[in-house]
Amino acid sequence: MSRESRALSGTHFEMGNWGCAEGAIAAGCNFVAGYPITPASEVANRLSARLPQVGGVFLQTEDEISAICSIIGASWSGCKAMTVTSGPGISLMQENIGFAVATETPLVIVDVQRMGPSTGVPSIGMAGDMVQVARGSHGDYQIIALCPQSPQEMFDLTIRAFNLAETYRAPVFLLADGFIGHMREQIVVPPQEEIALTERRVTPNGGSPMDRQDFLDVNVAPMPVFGKGLKAHVTSSCHDEHGMRNLTDPDVMHRYVMRPIEKIISHRDHIVEVENDCKDADIALVSYGVVSRSARAAARLARERGINVGTFRLITAWPFPDREIRELAESVKRIIVLENNTGQMFPYIKAEAAHACRVDFLGPQTLGQIHDPDYIVAKIEEKEA
Amino acid sequence: MSVTEHPLKKYTRSHITRTTTCPGCGNGIAAQAILRGIEELGLAMDDFVFVSGIGCSAWIPSPLFAADTLHTTHGRPIAFATGVKLGLPDKNVMVVSGDGDLTAIGGNHLIHAARRNINLTVVLMNNSIYGMTGGQTAPTTPRGVKTITSPYGSLEHPFDIAPMVAAAGAPYVARWTTYHPRQLTRAIKKGLQKRGFSLVEVITQCPVQYGKASKLGSAVNILKHFKENSVRIEKARQMEEGDLEGKIVVGEFKDIEKAELSEEWVNLRSSMMEVGA
Repeated sequence: MSRESRALSGTHFEMGNWGCAEGAIAAGCNFVAGYPITPASEVANRLSARLPQVGGVFLQTEDEISAICSIIGASWSGCKAMTVTSGPGISLMQENIGFAVATETPLVIVDVQRMGPSTGVPSIGMAGDMVQVARGSHGDYQIIALCPQSPQEMFDLTIRAFNLAETYRAPVFLLADGFIGHMREQIVVPPQEEIALTERRVTPNGGSPMDRQDFLDVNVAPMPVFGKGLKAHVTSSCHDEHGMRNLTDPDVMHRYVMRPIEKIISHRDHIVEVENDCKDADIALVSYGVVSRSARAAARLARERGINVGTFRLITAWPFPDREIRELAESVKRIIVLENNTGQMFPYIKAEAAHACRVDFLGPQTLGQIHDPDYIVAKIEEKEA
Repeated sequence: MSVTEHPLKKYTRSHITRTTTCPGCGNGIAAQAILRGIEELGLAMDDFVFVSGIGCSAWIPSPLFAADTLHTTHGRPIAFATGVKLGLPDKNVMVVSGDGDLTAIGGNHLIHAARRNINLTVVLMNNSIYGMTGGQTAPTTPRGVKTITSPYGSLEHPFDIAPMVAAAGAPYVARWTTYHPRQLTRAIKKGLQKRGFSLVEVITQCPVQYGKASKLGSAVNILKHFKENSVRIEKARQMEEGDLEGKIVVGEFKDIEKAELSEEWVNLRSSMMEVGA
C-alpha cells in the first residue's frame, strides 16, 4: 500500500489512543511491539489490525523488555518502530532505553501514564513518569519527551515524535496519560500529502565502519542500518565514532557520554515547543498534558474575577524548556505549577524561575483527579491574599 | 618465509587482531565451526546479522565477524534478534551467547522465540558457569559443584537446555561438545538451513573458571571428559535414567518442519495488500 493511502484522512470522534495509533500509521511506522497494559492497550489493539493493512508488523511480546529490545532490532533493520505501554512497562524497559540512547537508535515510546507507585491504579491517569522517562535508565543522557493535551495531539505529536526520532537518531517519548488516552474528542486527520514526514539519513555506501563515522556526531551521523552490506558494529558499551568498543581511552569515554547529550541539547531550539499565553499576565499557570485544560479554564475564571492570570504549557517536557521558563519568570510576578502528581517537574521549573518571581506548586484536590478550575482559582485567591 | 593466512580470516574484520578469550577457551572452536558452516553453505557475510548478549561467548561474533553485528544488553539478544528478523526476513539472523545470558536472565525470550518459531539460529555456548564475572553458579552448574557463589556446593538442579527448548516448540535442536567440531559444524549448517527456530547447544570448556570449580582442570582434561562422557541421543534413549548420570547426551534432539513466523508475516501482509488493492 502506498504511503498516500495510509492516513485515514477526515474528521473523527475517537479516543486519544486511537489518535496515537493512527498518528503512527500516518507517520510511516511499520513495526510495533508491545505487551498488554491498561490504560495503553487500545493503541496496540488498533495497530495489530492496522499495521498488516499497510505492510507493517505487530508483535505481541512476552514482556515489555522484549518489546523495547525487538523495536530496537527492527529500527536497526530500517523500520520506523514504536512500542506502547504504561508506567510499569517503562520501568521494565529502562535498561534498554539506555541502550537505544547509547546506540543512537530512532524509536518512539508511548507512555500512557497511570497512577503509581507500583501496580497502583491502572485506569486512573497520573503524570507519574515525568522524571523516570528522562532519568530512569542508569548513566547520564538526554531524552526527548512530548506531552499531548488532547486526542488531536495524540495524533499530531505521535507524528512529531517519529520525525524527531528519525532526525536525531534518538528514542522519543510520547507522555500521555489515562485521561488523554481514553478521552473521546474530534480528531482531524489531514490528507497524507499535508503530513510532513522526516526520514533518517542512512549511510550511503559500504566498506568498513573504520572508514566512516557511524556514531557520536553532534549533528547526527547517518545510520548504518543492517542488511545493506555496511558491516555495522553496534554496541552500547563505550565506543568510538566507528562503533568499536573502547574501554581504555578516557577521551573516547568522555565523547561516548557527551556527544549524544550535545546532539539533543545543541538542537533544543528545534525540539522544544511551549505554548505561552501569558502576555501582560501577573500570574502564570504552568502545566502540561491534560492538566493544561483545567489551567486554561481556571485562567478564564480568574480573569472574570479581575485577577490577571495566563497559562503556559510545556508541549516538550524534555529536553527541559529552561530558557522559556526563565523568560516567563522574568515577565510575570508569580508562577503556579499545576501537575497531577506531587511535583515532578516543579523542581526543574523552580530552578529556572525562582530568581525572578515567586514559584508555587499546586497539585489536584485529590491525587489522580484533574484539578477543578474553581479549586485552582480559589487557591490563587487564597495565596494572593 | 611465506605467511599462510587462516582460511577463515576473510570472514573477520581486518582491524581486529586479537580476541578477548582466555587460553584454552572453547570460543575459538565454536567461532570456526560457525564460519566454516557459512563457508561450506556458500553464504555471504553480508546476508547475516549477528546478535549477541553479555558474557564471554557474546564476543564470538562481535567485533570479530565482518558482518552487521549487534552486541546487546544481558539476556536480551533473542528479543533484539526477533525485531531484526521481522524487519529483514530475507537475512540470516544468528544469535551467539552463553548459558547465563540465554537461560538465566534471558530464559523467557529463549522459550518464547522457540514457541513462536521465528527463523533464528541460536548458538548457545554452555560452559556450566559464569566465566566473565569470575566463576559464579549458573543455571547449568551441576548439583554439588563448588563455585564462588556456592562455596558449599550448588544445592540447585541445572537446566537440561536442549530438551527444554525442544519442548518449547523449536523445530531444530542439537547439542554437541567442543570435542565434536565436525558434528558441531554440521549442526550449525543444518540450523542455518532450517526454516524456523534452531538451537545448537555447545557444551564448551572454561578451564579458567569451570576447570577450577569442577576440578577437571585444564582445557585438555575437560575435552577428554567430554569425549569420555558423551552419549549419542540414539543410544541414550535405550539407557536407564540412572545410567545417564553425569553423561552428556549429544546429537539431534528435534528435526521437524513447522510454519515459521517471519514467513507467516510476509504471507499475511501480501494477502492484506491484495485485499486492500
